[in-house]
Amino acid sequence: MAARKAAEKPNVSGEDLQRYYREMLLVRRFEEKAGQLYGMGLIGGFCHLYIGQEAVVVGLAAAARDDDKQITSYRDHGHMLVAGMDPKGVMAELTGRKDGYSRGKGGSMHMFSHEKHFYGGHGIVGAQVPLGAGLAFADRYLGNDRVTFTYFGDGAANQGQVYETYNMARLWNLPVVFVIENNQYAMGTSTKRSTRSPSLWERGAAYGIKGEMVDGMDVLAVKAAGEKAVAACRAGDGPYILEMMTYRYRGHSMSDPAKYRSREEVQKMREERDPIDRVRELLVTGNHASDDDLKAIDKEIKAIVSEAADFARESPEPDAAELWTDVYA
Amino acid sequence: MATEILMPALSPTMEEGTLAKWLVKEGDSIESGQIIAEIETDKATMEFEAVDEGVVAKLLVAEGTEGVKVNTPIAVLADEGESPEDAASAARAPEADKADAGAEAAPKPQAEGATEAPAPARSESASDQAPVAAVATDWPDDTPTRSLTVREALREAMAEEMRRDDTVCLMGEEVGEYEGAYKISQGLLDEFGARRVVDTPITEMGFTGIAVGAAWGGLRPVVEFMTFNFSMQAMDQIVNSAAKTLYMSGGQVPCPIVFRGPNGAAARVAAQHSQCYAAWYSHVPGLKVVMPYTAADAKGLLKSAIRDQNPVVFLENEILYGRSFDVPEIDDYTVPIGKARLARKGDDVTIVSFGIGMTYAMEAADRLADDGIEAEVIDLRTIRPMDTDAILASVLKTNRLVTVEEGFPQNSVGNHITAVVMERAFDYLDAPVINLCGKDVPMPYAANLEKLALVTTDEVVEAVRKVTYR
Ligand SMILES: Cc1ncc(C[n+]2csc(CCOP(=O)(O)OP(=O)(O)O)c2C)c(N)n1
Ligand SMILES: [Mg+2]
Repeated sequence: MAARKAAEKPNVSGEDLQRYYREMLLVRRFEEKAGQLYGMGLIGGFCHLYIGQEAVVVGLAAAARDDDKQITSYRDHGHMLVAGMDPKGVMAELTGRKDGYSRGKGGSMHMFSHEKHFYGGHGIVGAQVPLGAGLAFADRYLGNDRVTFTYFGDGAANQGQVYETYNMARLWNLPVVFVIENNQYAMGTSTKRSTRSPSLWERGAAYGIKGEMVDGMDVLAVKAAGEKAVAACRAGDGPYILEMMTYRYRGHSMSDPAKYRSREEVQKMREERDPIDRVRELLVTGNHASDDDLKAIDKEIKAIVSEAADFARESPEPDAAELWTDVYA
Repeated sequence: MATEILMPALSPTMEEGTLAKWLVKEGDSIESGQIIAEIETDKATMEFEAVDEGVVAKLLVAEGTEGVKVNTPIAVLADEGESPEDAASAARAPEADKADAGAEAAPKPQAEGATEAPAPARSESASDQAPVAAVATDWPDDTPTRSLTVREALREAMAEEMRRDDTVCLMGEEVGEYEGAYKISQGLLDEFGARRVVDTPITEMGFTGIAVGAAWGGLRPVVEFMTFNFSMQAMDQIVNSAAKTLYMSGGQVPCPIVFRGPNGAAARVAAQHSQCYAAWYSHVPGLKVVMPYTAADAKGLLKSAIRDQNPVVFLENEILYGRSFDVPEIDDYTVPIGKARLARKGDDVTIVSFGIGMTYAMEAADRLADDGIEAEVIDLRTIRPMDTDAILASVLKTNRLVTVEEGFPQNSVGNHITAVVMERAFDYLDAPVINLCGKDVPMPYAANLEKLALVTTDEVVEAVRKVTYR
């Protein structure tokens, strides 16, 4: 993986580091809990966990403004938590209850928050890419300077609509950051088996779009690249492509037997490149946090997550009449 | 406080599984994220990771145990500062498992032979010729059978056709090395190699077009859509390229191709992954549309579809994949496209369904029989070209019709059947036809709403009572 190393002494405050740590830990613990609730039959259908990829959304959120927009695939829980959506409401959607963000009607793959500028949660691989460019089209049209982060996977990067979108996005200089979350697998297909392109971001060059490859396991590298991309978009020189080299620890969804990679490969990633361990180390070696501080954060996050889980179990199922609402505006 | 580890659900459809192997033993300390067991689901063997950390106080279910219900406690963890003995004794004993063998019984034995000729016409509005009734079985009575799941039947059909014809190839996402997202193509890459079992990137529009071109070029491709929901990415190639080219070329360029994969609702996969495409594709001249219910039909019809000179949309169902049915032990068993099957004989009402809808139709017929109402159930099997004769022959006898399907109500398959029956047998109807469909909403995720959105056995029973005035 052609990844950038984090600077030896990163130019970042202890406060910021603690924030990234807390956000990444929230995503990880939330996902572990979701996996557990799935195992108990409280979550059904497909459930795609984000464990291992936390630095991508956390780093980009650090580069974004609160009013910037986001759109992604079905692997969306982390994006929503970091966008500031309430863990209780997200978990309650996973359990299909009344207090979920979509009132139980969307589930894990289809969740939205107009208030937090999060436009889903899309189950059809690649479909979110033109949709994200469309959100950016509206912003350019309306004359504001918001940026849309459009996330998609390495597998989705082979869908034709991605390239139709690239062409138009550059033709019209749309303020959209295309974030390719290259976790190296699309279900059981490794990138080596789906393309001969040496890298995915370079495909943008054919349309005149700038971009770069980023170590997606390093939250500081992600943030730095995100800032560059955002600056280009706000200056009217969008779009921009960021290929985040990352890794998912868990199966594709809950029902993936994961025979396409070795246990050792996963273990090695966890041990050597874990994004949370990395920040934890920076916190400790930089004397930004003591062991006790870290323990306190762990405890605090665990409490948020178990509160969300309890809430999601106790929230009632949606009223039967909800079946018929929201079909038309 | 001891923590119980429960048997996990590891797929949307899993209700029980085999605890194949423990990777930890009593006394081991485990961390969250550590793989502690291998569990076999209905589809595959999966690794099971611990969520909580602690010391394994007791393994409650021995490895090799089959039929362990989801949420049964399988092990106990001692928490920090707790002795494993205390934890083990605090845990409740696992409940004895009443193994519910053969959850889904094979269909009821059917009345032998075909129906009698239809009743003489009540008036001239009936078709000029007496319609031909559906056959009850496609094989002679004394044929030996074996029980196969729909999944195995589909796999056998593809393997057999690939053995007999080198131009038959399979293409799609995860069909090769992964052996199919739903394991339909298990073993095919091993047997036929990468020339004939082709893994594609996630590019439905692209590979569908390539497969259509390959069909024009002399191959007989079978295109697997991981689910039919994703065929919408490729619909233009199916409708505009595959279906119409024979006609546009004045008969010169046929397109022998099969588009297959799971269709309709699975379990809790919500709006974008739960749609029935029977009505959608059956709208299109030039396409054939097949939707089997039993394993025998899945096998026989898929073999026919692969040999057909036309594009065939072959709609399967994830929930049916694991169900077992009798399949005849006949060499090269095929079922003709375009012929319905008489699934149950009766005089009081005709129920027409197809695919998973047959589950509700047959259950309803059983319940109605307890109350003395004998329903005739027709399994359409092919949606286009439709065996309207079989429907008419039955309606001429019963004078009442209920259709059952999972798709949306407007422009449903049932709507079309109703129109045909009204045109050709209006005077024979003693009650308005009822079309039962999924509800007219996108599929909701919530468990209670999903149940309400789907067509149910209760609704079939109620509709039959309405049209029979009983
Ligand atoms: C159009 C379409 N085709 C296929 C699928 C089935 N599917 C769901 S996720 C997935 C893999 C996508 O991989 P990638 O884009 O790398 O994202 P990741 O899951 O790694 O986050 C596939 C094939 C789908 N949902 N939509
Ligand atoms: Mg991927």
